[in-house]
Amino acid sequence: MRYEILPHTADGKFRAYGETLEEAFVNAALATASLMWDWAKVEPRIEHSIDLRGRDREQLLVKFLGEIVYLLDTERFMLGRVEDLKIEEASVIRDPQGEADVPDHLSEAGSRLRLTARFLGDALSDRSEIHGAVKAVTYNEMKIERCDCAVDGSGSPGAADSGGSAGGEKGGYVVQVVVDM
Amino acid sequence: MELRKISDIVWEIPKQGEMKVPALIYSSERLLKDIRNDLTLTQARNVACLPGIQLMSYVMPDAHQGYGFPIGGVAAFDLDSGIISPGGVGYDINCGVRLLRTDFREQDITAKRKELLAEIFKAVPAGVGKGGVTKLSRGVLRDILVKGAEWAVENGYGTAEDLDRTEERGRMRDAAYDHVSERAMERGAPQLGTLGSGNHFLEFQKVDRIFNAEVARAFGIDAEGQVTVMIHCGSRGLGHQVATDYIEIMENKAGTQGLPDRELVNAPFKSEIGQRYYKSMCAAVNYAFANRQMIAHWVRDVFKRVLGNAKGMSMVYDVCHNVAKVERHTVGGVEKTVCIHRKGATRSFGPGRSEIPAAYRAVGQPVIIPGSMGTASYILVGTKEAEERSFSSTAHGAGRVMSRHAAVRRFRGEQIRDDLARRGIELKSTNWKGVAEEASAAYKDVDEVVRVSHEAGLGRLVARVVPIGVMKG
Repeated sequence: MRYEILPHTADGKFRAYGETLEEAFVNAALATASLMWDWAKVEPRIEHSIDLRGRDREQLLVKFLGEIVYLLDTERFMLGRVEDLKIEEASVIRDPQGEADVPDHLSEAGSRLRLTARFLGDALSDRSEIHGAVKAVTYNEMKIERCDCAVDGSGSPGAADSGGSAGGEKGGYVVQVVVDM
Repeated sequence: MELRKISDIVWEIPKQGEMKVPALIYSSERLLKDIRNDLTLTQARNVACLPGIQLMSYVMPDAHQGYGFPIGGVAAFDLDSGIISPGGVGYDINCGVRLLRTDFREQDITAKRKELLAEIFKAVPAGVGKGGVTKLSRGVLRDILVKGAEWAVENGYGTAEDLDRTEERGRMRDAAYDHVSERAMERGAPQLGTLGSGNHFLEFQKVDRIFNAEVARAFGIDAEGQVTVMIHCGSRGLGHQVATDYIEIMENKAGTQGLPDRELVNAPFKSEIGQRYYKSMCAAVNYAFANRQMIAHWVRDVFKRVLGNAKGMSMVYDVCHNVAKVERHTVGGVEKTVCIHRKGATRSFGPGRSEIPAAYRAVGQPVIIPGSMGTASYILVGTKEAEERSFSSTAHGAGRVMSRHAAVRRFRGEQIRDDLARRGIELKSTNWKGVAEEASAAYKDVDEVVRVSHEAGLGRLVARVVPIGVMKG
């Protein structure tokens, strides 16, 4: 299972799973998209590269999923697939302005983590079937944890063989997110 | 959690542990059952721990779990020792409600109600990814962030009289765009003059009960059967981005250690970051005022076209129910200025306050409480007592009790439409699944919410309106 949608009184909540943190982040992106449209039906016609930083994994996840909302609002972009997602330790970036003094970008001083990925998808059209709107990604009830949960390989190439061997000792990851709808 | 019962409708979480003040909950036994099922009370207790909080952390009768602060949470902070928190305002900054009165009676529009709804649906863009009429240039957008509904009126959307009947006269004077991010601007530029989606709606309604004829008359509500129009929406992607940005900026500045919930991140009100958030939040508030002003203008246009005129279509009032404001209040017998956060709560000033329109100053401020889709909504009036009971605040709506997910599994949008049609209510939406999510059974009983507000003296009953035509995003 890539992800499951959970009940939440007012908004959208899900848990996404992965053999690795990266895979869990990919599945969290698909879970977010699934609250708005059927991502599996979206043709991969348009590509956006994602490159962002965060002070910790939680902030990185909020910013990463926030890209989906931002690209929908500004580019009418519907996410269908995430590829080449990498998370790495970044050397601490010194903000040349000293503080968060630049109005048009957020200070990234102290950001430890860097995430890069490619978003593939299509532009929203009048024929697109949309069933909801994610308006913001929150820290509410957010969890990023190791788990024993096995991720089955459905639709995720390569997952089946890593289950028994390399991934065995590490176990998997589960991320839980609440989004504002 | 242990609650001390003060009366049938007032409960207290006594001060304990890290709490700087107690928490006070306005709720009935019935509403409490739902509140106890989620994290509302824990969140109210967390708010009571924040620096500089004054008197109490308040919970309104429609409260439910939010992020950081509960929805239906009210908290005032000292300007010097206190904080401002994006989580205390909410993501949809100046989500709010506008009510128009008309001279029409139900029978005047019965034959034309389908056409009226279809035309409103065409005139007001709604739904996910739906842009506005134009993509605004950066210069115009900056103007809107500074001037709010005033910009809209200057550009031919409505009249100066509309501004008199809008909270803050449709423009928060402390707004500045310098610290609104480029991303927020990008999200806001294509969305002005759109209803959005989720719980946002536009309804034409009829007055079906008047509880207080004298105050109703002052508000322009004369008789049962009178047609009204209600618009419920907010600051769209721009407001959400301002909230998201400042949560990140405050985290990066102050870190997240010691916060019981990361969404409670905050900054001292008078600090540089606190002020930047406050001014940017005011800019988002102004965007939302302009948004509702434009939508109201288009609705009048449609009435004119379909019914031949828009006579008497003046505003009752426009309230914001997700906001932080600087207001004068009496705290422990002393008058002082505080930063009050109302997240899913409506200001309810009583008679005499200078902030409310001259026409209403003798009776108090209109408080507009939208029900859930297809159910009754209420007009209340603010009270003198609310000043000392809740920093002049009351409920903002019905408040959800069932998850969207559960609602979609239980209801079907088309079925809801057919049921409403049998009751004489027309419904149009961009999205039937969205309609199912907003099924009235997924909400608390708004009748019970306003009963508690009335009995607690936070906002008193004036009139009830029920829908005739409903447009959902």
